[in-house]
Amino acid sequence: MTFNRLLAKSGVFTLLLLVFALHGFSQDRTVTGRITDNKDGSAIANASVIVKGTKTGTTTDATGSFRINVSGNDVVLIVNAVGYGRQEITVGALAQIDIPITGTPASSNEVVVVGYGTQRKKDLTGAVATVSSKDFVKGALQTPEQLIAGKVAGVQITPNSGAPGSGSVIRIRGGASLNASNDPLIVIDGVPVDNGGIAGASNPLNLINPNDIETFTILKDPSAAAIYGSRASNGVILITTKKGKKGQVKWNFGAQGFVQTPSGKVDILNSEEFASLINEKGTASQKALLGKSSTDWQDEIYQNAFAQDLNLSVNGAAFNGKWPFRISGGYLNQDGILKSGNFQRMTGSINLSPSFLNNKLKVDFNLKLARTTNFFADEGAIGNAVSFDPTKPVFSNSNRYGGYWEWLDNDGLPTLLSNRNPVALLDTRLRDNQSEVFRSIGNIQVDYQIPFIKGLRANANVGYDFGSGRGLNTISDSAAVNYRGQGSYSPYYSERRNLLYDVYLNYVKDIKAINSKIDFMVGHGRQDFTFYSYNHPGRRFNGDTIPGSLQEFINNGNPGYLLISYYSRLNYTLANKYVLTLNARTDGSSKYYTGGRWGFFPGGALAWRVSEENFLKNSKTVSDLKIRVGYGVTGQQDGIAFYGYLPSYGISNNQAQYQFGNEFVNMFRPSAYFEQLRWETTTNINAAVDFGFADNRISGTVEAFIRKTKDLLSVVPVPAGANFSNQLLKNVGNIESKGLELTLNLVPVRNDNVEWTIGANFTYVVPEITKLLDNPDPNFKGIPVGGISGGTGNTIQRHLVGQQPSTFFVYKQVYDANNKPIEGLYEDLNRDGIINENDLYLYRNPAARYFLGLNSNITVKRFTAGFVMRGNIGNYMYNNFASNSGVLRAFINPLGFLANGSSDYLNTRFANNQYFSDYYVQNASFLRMDNINIGYDAGEIAKGVRLRLSANVQNAFIITKYKGLDPEIFGGIDNNIYPRPRTFVFGVNLDF
Amino acid sequence: MKRFSIYLTSLVAGALLFTACHKDLDKLPPNTETSGSLYASENGYLSVLAKVYGSMALTGNVGPAGAGDVAGIDEGTSDFLRLFWKAQELSTDEAVVAWNDPGIQDFHNMNWSSANPMLKGLYYRSIYIITLCNEFIRESAPAKLADRGITGAAADRIKQMSAEVRFVRAFQYWALMDLYANPTFITEKDGVGSFLPAQTNRTALFKYVEDELKAIENQLAAPRSAAYGRADKSAAWALLARMYLNSDKVYGTGNKYNDAVTYAKKAIDGGYSLLSDYRWLMLADNNTNNPEAIWTLNYDGIRTKNFGGTTFLVNASVGGDMTSSVSGLGGWGGIRTTKNLPLLFPDFTGAIDKRAQFVQGSQQLEIENISEFKDGLAVIKYRNRTRNGGFGTDPEKTFSDIDFPVFRLAEMYLIYAEGVARGATTGTLSQAVTYVNSLRERAYGNSLGNIQSVDINADFILDERARELYWEGHRRTDLIRNDKFVEGAYLWPWKGGVKNGTAVPSFRKIYPIPDSEIASNPNIKQNTGY
Repeated sequence: MTFNRLLAKSGVFTLLLLVFALHGFSQDRTVTGRITDNKDGSAIANASVIVKGTKTGTTTDATGSFRINVSGNDVVLIVNAVGYGRQEITVGALAQIDIPITGTPASSNEVVVVGYGTQRKKDLTGAVATVSSKDFVKGALQTPEQLIAGKVAGVQITPNSGAPGSGSVIRIRGGASLNASNDPLIVIDGVPVDNGGIAGASNPLNLINPNDIETFTILKDPSAAAIYGSRASNGVILITTKKGKKGQVKWNFGAQGFVQTPSGKVDILNSEEFASLINEKGTASQKALLGKSSTDWQDEIYQNAFAQDLNLSVNGAAFNGKWPFRISGGYLNQDGILKSGNFQRMTGSINLSPSFLNNKLKVDFNLKLARTTNFFADEGAIGNAVSFDPTKPVFSNSNRYGGYWEWLDNDGLPTLLSNRNPVALLDTRLRDNQSEVFRSIGNIQVDYQIPFIKGLRANANVGYDFGSGRGLNTISDSAAVNYRGQGSYSPYYSERRNLLYDVYLNYVKDIKAINSKIDFMVGHGRQDFTFYSYNHPGRRFNGDTIPGSLQEFINNGNPGYLLISYYSRLNYTLANKYVLTLNARTDGSSKYYTGGRWGFFPGGALAWRVSEENFLKNSKTVSDLKIRVGYGVTGQQDGIAFYGYLPSYGISNNQAQYQFGNEFVNMFRPSAYFEQLRWETTTNINAAVDFGFADNRISGTVEAFIRKTKDLLSVVPVPAGANFSNQLLKNVGNIESKGLELTLNLVPVRNDNVEWTIGANFTYVVPEITKLLDNPDPNFKGIPVGGISGGTGNTIQRHLVGQQPSTFFVYKQVYDANNKPIEGLYEDLNRDGIINENDLYLYRNPAARYFLGLNSNITVKRFTAGFVMRGNIGNYMYNNFASNSGVLRAFINPLGFLANGSSDYLNTRFANNQYFSDYYVQNASFLRMDNINIGYDAGEIAKGVRLRLSANVQNAFIITKYKGLDPEIFGGIDNNIYPRPRTFVFGVNLDF
Repeated sequence: MKRFSIYLTSLVAGALLFTACHKDLDKLPPNTETSGSLYASENGYLSVLAKVYGSMALTGNVGPAGAGDVAGIDEGTSDFLRLFWKAQELSTDEAVVAWNDPGIQDFHNMNWSSANPMLKGLYYRSIYIITLCNEFIRESAPAKLADRGITGAAADRIKQMSAEVRFVRAFQYWALMDLYANPTFITEKDGVGSFLPAQTNRTALFKYVEDELKAIENQLAAPRSAAYGRADKSAAWALLARMYLNSDKVYGTGNKYNDAVTYAKKAIDGGYSLLSDYRWLMLADNNTNNPEAIWTLNYDGIRTKNFGGTTFLVNASVGGDMTSSVSGLGGWGGIRTTKNLPLLFPDFTGAIDKRAQFVQGSQQLEIENISEFKDGLAVIKYRNRTRNGGFGTDPEKTFSDIDFPVFRLAEMYLIYAEGVARGATTGTLSQAVTYVNSLRERAYGNSLGNIQSVDINADFILDERARELYWEGHRRTDLIRNDKFVEGAYLWPWKGGVKNGTAVPSFRKIYPIPDSEIASNPNIKQNTGY
């Protein structure tokens, strides 16, 4: 790690020296240059080039080259090209400059990264969505996926919690698997990264600095994604980071300061309500437990949190403009709204993209480094704050247990099953939980145009993704939370490595004779994943080893898995109107048995560019019209155990030994295995119309899809006695999703002073389990999922054939004349006179059927303003907080302490928990104002310095009927989440 | 295009080269052994034997929890003893539980269905143990030992381990026969995979267990000569005695009271004697100087930890105003008894009959509300204290050291007496009276509680079994044997979900096969009534 840091530092300094060496002398002279498309490097002919402040101008030739006379060392060129708009390029003192320019969305030549290459957007045949930096969600975003939240139809991004640095659940078209991963594959600059956790990191993606990202490309359907066959069932997100650009050295500095405030509190009884309840219902001994204070524990644990995010980048070309580079550094320091939490991130990235041999050999080098330090606040404080007796003070008059008031038993020790003072849980003297996480992703990609064969190039990519996490979690021996255990001292360290290489050949040929274009690619790749973790025995606060906590090991290697792949793709374009794509990929995974290890994943798609037909070609109304159909097969191997097909024996730990005589023996246990574990495959059919009217001022896409997954990797009950478990991960079952996506982009106003854009997207998706067991049984009640708090082993959801995954499985509540639920009274749905498990029924789903995204942006001269809204419709939430704590027995119990709970008790007056009542399954549809932003471009405030100012409000408001704190919780079970804060951001951005 | 073909050729050559690397896809899991490497030594066998026994006591391979053996049930509640105890005790007058966990109140209401998670967990736990046993028996076959070059004394010891494993399997099949009657059936002849095992029935299973126990009788260690925790001949005899006692009235496999008495006597004659104080039977140090235990499940507060077993029995039985020092652990506030059990004793305090291990204090005899811990007397039979008043080994006072006697001498005495009372000719009435009186003398501390031969009858033995063996997992079978489980003739508070108790249909004498088993194995038919 130290070495890597050193490397990063020395690299940065070397490059900075190069940058400064570039500044030289100049006088009246000629500037030559070439204007190219930023994405694919193609020449842009007939672009006008004007020296700013003069009437000197010229146009580029067929190769994009120009030559123009200038004077002075502060030259600015104005470039204007069809489809690219007007751009100002600072030339400064340079004599030669290559100007890559970026097309506007309406551009007909926009190029999209599609995996192992790029494609012109107009030639796309599959469901591919791109979001580039100028369309990103603005504001204080700590984690990359937030940049596109609400922006793309079919892509749902649900933030996990409001904790600093926490991640999100990303679902593309709802996910295709049941027990295997439903996370999309994320590829950063050609390196498919492991999205699994790193010890000590709350979210592995938070190690990527969002400010370094240029574009997101989302491959939604398998005809597009099949090129990543083995790992693409849940879609692919391609992240491209910002690259060095030829031209003068430019610096950019951005600073954001933000403050986060709790957006709400959980509704619980206040101290008066609480005391009167205990006095009304409690026994004499319980009444005696009441205190005299009035403490709002939620106020005690939350704070307004401040944060800063600083970014500096430099961009230019070294060695006479031959080595484009970009170097960036970022620093984020954020406190949590839960007291004591803190997240700091330092990132650095280097991109070098030089060309050699007359541009025949292109090299693209990327190195990203990140180090985060986390101070984890004990989130247990959130649950304790809503359950701790409000009539108790924060501090006791004693100095025991850190001076905090705690429930104590007859022996003066913390009461065994009681809750703990939430403020004490956040006291850093009593609890210290820190981690340091390092991640580095790097790759070098070499692209070589093979001589003598025009159009043939070879591309090789070698990369790695390394992550390590080190942490120490300490609980003082005077903390009530672990007083009996004499505190704890728990260090940990783990690492994971992912090495890959890819080589491919690409052949492009225009066959004018038949008005066709062929683009063929064939390649091979290999990706190797290894995981290391170092186990420590449990220790008490004083460092003593806890007896029995030493782990037994058989040292024979580290866990890991391997993927080997071969792939090819053919794009055939006829008459610029008909486009055919064929993909084929075969993958071998070490997770599967020899006979089922190799999966073959074909895909194909056809597009008809109707607008290129003669009858529309010159239409002023229809600027773009394309019809696409696609079909593809993808595979899944993520999210399951590495060796599920192999029989093996694992050893027990030292707290699970068995006594024979005076000897304690560690137990060896055979693991369950499915000897024919093989690929889960998903077949997708996609049909779409892309349209653009009135010079693309109205544009969009309508897309429908059906996705079927078979050989589902499912954990299902297996016949008892057939294997070493009653549930086994095996290939059984099918799941099917149908969906519709609409995307609409409007530009109601566009003139020299004002541009107003509106983007709207709508997704409808319904997944359904169509098969679950080898032997379908109509009486089978499904596989219980969705564990809840309260009782032991309670689950609230089921996987069942004919239903959406994780459908709620509950009793039908009976209500009285005043519409109050009657405690314990449910409908006897099977009419057998007994209310038991057979009366549970399927009711509602945690996943929404409809998703909405709406954003708008208006630019008036130098001012911009915009917003992003998101909505989910049809999702239901199990209010576990109310079901667990909103009943009398949660307030008064026989265990010697009092507890607060949900004020829902005042509605139900339930004495006992009615966990399975459908009363607690509540409508959680919502519309959230994610982001409101305003900006001001102050222009050139000093020579060569441009200033932009911005301000945002994030999570501004939410509209919902849901009674709990937040209706947006992935999985549909609400139990004291870390509340999402409201964030106010102020930002400054300088270009110089 | 010549060059193109050269490139193409080199690409193909390259691809072939890569194909050579495909062997890399054969990855082996770390920190594990294959059966080949594990069974290379006697120690390997011993560590799997530990799993066979340990899977009865514990919930998984990580203590106290973290890598459970049985899926689809909360791990802490998935061990054999906790589940077996619930099925045998919560369904009877001996115990009620305050909790609200899914399915747990079904035991009192006597309305359990095939979806009941605890009955599911118990079924799968027993079959899981049997699957482990089958694997051990396959791997310890003489041919395999010879292949592995294990010979001589080591081979003999492994052969004895194999006989013990067959005993454990027979015990589990007995439990399945008693509870579910007609479970799935697999032996070492079945492999491991995804096949569909066949179903057996109570009669066939009775015969199978009986044959197995008799087949291994001579391979097991002599009574009291095996290492503590491992089964010996007496364990096999004790199980046979228990089976024969229930053959007629519970399993419908014929009058076998003669055999019950014969095998109880064989076990008794193994050299056991009663522990001098009844209250020491279920203490933290009951593994030492305990001549009464025939076969135990072993726990340790540091090295053998889980949330089931005796940890459950102690913690769950402490609540209300009881202090945790009473039992050395505790405060889960769960299990108590209905009034029927304490009313069998001359008083509740244990002053006369020391077996009355109840707590009154603020506990009520009557149960108004099952969810209220204070309704029903608390039971402190299981205490994680030592004979001299010390505490168990766990400094956090969560995990129990108490070993659970699956078979102990007192049960054999009572089987002998009941067999004689029910007409067995292989024993004598006077011996029966002697045995019962030895239990009562220990309980009373004198001979004031002694009985006469005229007192010996089935009803008396049923009550005496309750007084001696309550909360040890016998009650459901005992009530069925005496026609008192489902019938209206014998009631207890909240039997059948009614405060004063009610009769329930007789099919409830057998528990249902889990619905998930029916769904995943078409060979299995549901028990009548469910």
